[in-house]
Amino acid sequence: MLCCICKEKEAKVHLTQIVNDKMQKVDLCEQCAKDKGVNDPAGFSLADLLLGLGAAQEMEQVPGGPELKCPHCGFSQADFKKAGRLGCAQCYTTFAEGLEGLLKSMHKGTRHLGKVPQVFQQSRDLSDKLKSLQKKLDKAVADEDFEQAAVVRDEIKVTKDKLGDVTAA
Amino acid sequence: MNIHDFLPPPSETSRREGPHNRIVLSSRVRLARNLKGLAFPGWAKKVERVKALELIRPAVESLPQLAGAFSESMDNLTVLDKNILVERHLISREHAAKSAGSGLVLNKEESLCVMINEEDHLRMQALRPGLQIKQAWSAIDQVDSRLEKKLDYAFSPELGYLTACPTNLGTGIRVSAMLHLPGLALAEQINQIIQAVNKLGLAVRGLYGEGTEALGNVFQVSNQMTLGESESEIVERLNKVLAQIIEHEENARSMLLEKKPKFVYNQIGRAYGVLANAHIISSKETMNQLSFMRLGVDLGLFTDLERWLVDELFIITQPAHLQRRYTEKLGAEERDLLRADMLRERLRQVSRPKPKAAASSASTEPDQGA
Repeated sequence: MLCCICKEKEAKVHLTQIVNDKMQKVDLCEQCAKDKGVNDPAGFSLADLLLGLGAAQEMEQVPGGPELKCPHCGFSQADFKKAGRLGCAQCYTTFAEGLEGLLKSMHKGTRHLGKVPQVFQQSRDLSDKLKSLQKKLDKAVADEDFEQAAVVRDEIKVTKDKLGDVTAA
Repeated sequence: MNIHDFLPPPSETSRREGPHNRIVLSSRVRLARNLKGLAFPGWAKKVERVKALELIRPAVESLPQLAGAFSESMDNLTVLDKNILVERHLISREHAAKSAGSGLVLNKEESLCVMINEEDHLRMQALRPGLQIKQAWSAIDQVDSRLEKKLDYAFSPELGYLTACPTNLGTGIRVSAMLHLPGLALAEQINQIIQAVNKLGLAVRGLYGEGTEALGNVFQVSNQMTLGESESEIVERLNKVLAQIIEHEENARSMLLEKKPKFVYNQIGRAYGVLANAHIISSKETMNQLSFMRLGVDLGLFTDLERWLVDELFIITQPAHLQRRYTEKLGAEERDLLRADMLRERLRQVSRPKPKAAASSASTEPDQGA
């Protein structure tokens, strides 16, 4: 088995870590293990090592190849491989496909579940409201309660306008 | 204003008390944020970085939480100034390497510190003495909520706050505590603990964060994942793990005292001997020995030494702080002499450690020629 960092020497150090029932394995040669600080338990975290390795590997498989560039900032996949960081916020859209697997491997999930800026919170609340109103409308129509349907329809219009204002701001 | 006139003296900062500060030195919560439409600092051209700084700095300065804060562009700070800030854990080593186009805003209590154009446009952190992760999170959450009204954040409903490195994506939060674990180190249990903590998806690092040595038995424990989990869940999880580490450290200490009291007294006695009598001492050896002195204080072996004095020595014996006391440029060798002079002077009034209840330890463990 070859070392998964240098891909040259025989792997002598084998590490296994289980995070959330997912097993991750790394095989290293003595030199790379030393370079990565695997012999120094204090300075070493397997997750860091795995994340670093993952970043270089995952981005190679993206359609468009290393030439794919972010139209907003000119950052390329090759740059990501070198720096391990992205060029701008838009890069997350440009390289979305390539990043998916990477995000899965380093995080608990791929959907944000934390704090939301107030502006987004308002639009999130309004679109949730819109969805429930739509259901109410469908039900009213199905029940042939046209009086109720008219009321709900007006409410939908008001909510839509509000949502438009919020997203425009 | 000069940063040295602004920073409180270490004798004051080391006196700040917090819950569990026998073991937890400090708690920190950091948030990463970026502005919409501007390249991340590492990729942005200098003009763009300067533009971002000009947008962000006044917004941060105007926050009520940062009224009267120290605010400066990194190119106006000397290398020594920056190193002092690193030694106080206020800025990262990465930020210390920055110059024009990066900035720093720091409040008087050293409880809020905002780095501008570090890896992200904004790295804001709340710091608290002892174990106060929840309090730190709530403080920085409030700063962030005010700041989002003044600055246009790069945010996606799907991916959360967009950060330069995908490892910080989502909440952009890094919750961490700095722990002093001499008991686990002496009991040779520290590697097991580190491995167990790593398995829970948390990182354990040395004194100065990423890729640094655990000098003086000081370890930083922090969350690794930032996406797919809410801030409060992360805070909660870390709190639970920290409570367990504290318990393990306390257990290791009592176990050592019970089973190998001589071994513990020997470490502490030697630490005192070296620090109070050395004429040449490196900063690394100082920290490692001070760690055992601190343990000695915790175990009640020093009758006339308070913990804050040891904590102050932790800070003022470090290279940049030492250099700051002398006008002429010091080489590493000169620093080792001056450090030893300072330690001997400070410990002159401190009497040597006395094993508690020496009689009982002698009865359970016959004198082995000590």
